[in-house]
Amino acid sequence: MSDIDKATVAKIARLARIRIEDDKLEPLAGELNGIMGWIEQLNEVNTDDIAPMASVVNAKLRWREDVVNDGDKQDSVLKNAPRAEYGFFAVPKVIE
Amino acid sequence: MSNYVIQGATGDFEVVIGLEVHAQVTSNAKLFSGASTEFGAEPNAQVSLVDAAMPGMLPTINEECVRQAVRTGLAIGAEINKYSVFDRKNYFYADLPQGYQISQFKHPIVGEGTIVLDLEDGKTKHVGVERIHLEQDAGKSMHDQHPQYTYVDLNRSGVALMEIVSKPDMRSPEEAGAYLTKLRTIVRYIGACDGNMEQGSMRADVNVSVRRPGEGLGTRCEIKNVNSIRFVRQAIEVEARRQVDIIEDGGSIDQETRLFDPVKGETRSMRSKEEAHDYRYFPDPDLLPLEFDDAFIDAARESLPELPDAKKARFMTELGLNDYNASVLVAEGETADFYEAFLAAVVNKTGKKPAEVAAKAANWVLSDLFGALNKAGLTISESPVGAVAGAELLALIEDGTISGRIAKDVFEVMFSTGKSAETIVEEQGLKQVSDTGEIEKIIDAVIAANPNQLAQYRSGKDKLIGFFVGQVMKETGGKANPGLVNQLLKPKLDG
Repeated sequence: MSDIDKATVAKIARLARIRIEDDKLEPLAGELNGIMGWIEQLNEVNTDDIAPMASVVNAKLRWREDVVNDGDKQDSVLKNAPRAEYGFFAVPKVIE
Repeated sequence: MSNYVIQGATGDFEVVIGLEVHAQVTSNAKLFSGASTEFGAEPNAQVSLVDAAMPGMLPTINEECVRQAVRTGLAIGAEINKYSVFDRKNYFYADLPQGYQISQFKHPIVGEGTIVLDLEDGKTKHVGVERIHLEQDAGKSMHDQHPQYTYVDLNRSGVALMEIVSKPDMRSPEEAGAYLTKLRTIVRYIGACDGNMEQGSMRADVNVSVRRPGEGLGTRCEIKNVNSIRFVRQAIEVEARRQVDIIEDGGSIDQETRLFDPVKGETRSMRSKEEAHDYRYFPDPDLLPLEFDDAFIDAARESLPELPDAKKARFMTELGLNDYNASVLVAEGETADFYEAFLAAVVNKTGKKPAEVAAKAANWVLSDLFGALNKAGLTISESPVGAVAGAELLALIEDGTISGRIAKDVFEVMFSTGKSAETIVEEQGLKQVSDTGEIEKIIDAVIAANPNQLAQYRSGKDKLIGFFVGQVMKETGGKANPGLVNQLLKPKLDG
């Protein structure tokens, strides 16, 4: 059922911006296939007419009022930035 | 209008267009945080730690954004989903600190609806809306401020957007323009979005494909982030032509994202975004499903004002306005409100029924007032002549105090000085002369002064009556009642 190959691992890693050395791709594919196979056991359970569960506790989404009570903290926001200039984050040039 | 065809060397093609419009929801705070949405602040001054995606921060939904999405759905007669789900749309970009956009994928808040386009000659066309979902805006990147760095401002990051997705129902650049125009009018009427395209509060992704008539849908290209109605029309024209040329040269269309360059008048491939299309959506574990009850929907419905289509219909049936005037008056809520206040004031001053004065009132607003406002570069809310002041002027024409021609002069003075019509008429002695004796005296004098013209008139050139009318009006400074002049002049000329 699961057929995660080396190329798929490389693609997922690239999309997630995680560098994985070439020689690690094959073993990772094996591990991921193992995990997927394990999860796929769940397919044996009949879930017809059962709504997906969104939470394990009986909770509802909390709403907030439309009030401005946050922001105005440029210093905190930029504090961990490797580089900030004139109140902006300065990141390596993104070429369009 | 639906007969827009692109003539290729091998035959005709038609264009198929769908629009994804991003409309910024009017709210004080962002979709999931308490930071302000106001435009034009210092960089990163309106950013909460939620918006900056600091670890451990959790999103909490803003009720106003939910309400506005529901109101927008109701305004286009759409199905409202009492259960919807937020998903993560994953991609990496410098102005998206979370590494994903919170959006709605499988279960949007609003389902199918309809927008009625107003086309030429009073024709209409129904365009389907596939869905409306809520999502976060990204930050803003500036690439031209520094040679090595891109500057990122997160003030917009997390601001609520509605993505309004049409069906591929449009067949010409004009229809796409009419769709955007109408959508903009609706969201502005209900106050869900300010519709300001220059500031980016509304922008469109335009899906374009071409086909020979009768064929199935062709491969589409998506032109990203077009920020004016005019550019949407232009982008469609050039993109459709580009696709036709490729097909006729034996090529095929690659499904891709493109950018419209209004300066060069072309669309270009955005190859950098290609890989980003693998978004790996999944339900956002930080947010439970969004649920509300019928009472919430009913309250949203009750809060809607009269919508443009209904208002236009009322202006035409109850007030007898023509299609064109009604369309122009309802296009902006402010204009329609002004017209109604003006009409009410005219009715109040003249004691006439609304339908009797509605057409005159519409003409005055659309030609006299709008003409002066355009010339002065003012909007209707900045008009130096308000609804009541304008009504006073129209009432003076209606009761015969001044002629329509004099009214134009009076209006000019009102517009530049802010004085009332009655004051100006009084001060400058512009009251229409309706005193028969006085007018007769002037007529006699004019006839006596122009014996040649009189002789010609009597010998059959009866068009010369216009000359005499003109002379009388000139003598009275335009103040003589023109109806009365005509009535008195003819028997005297005829001898």
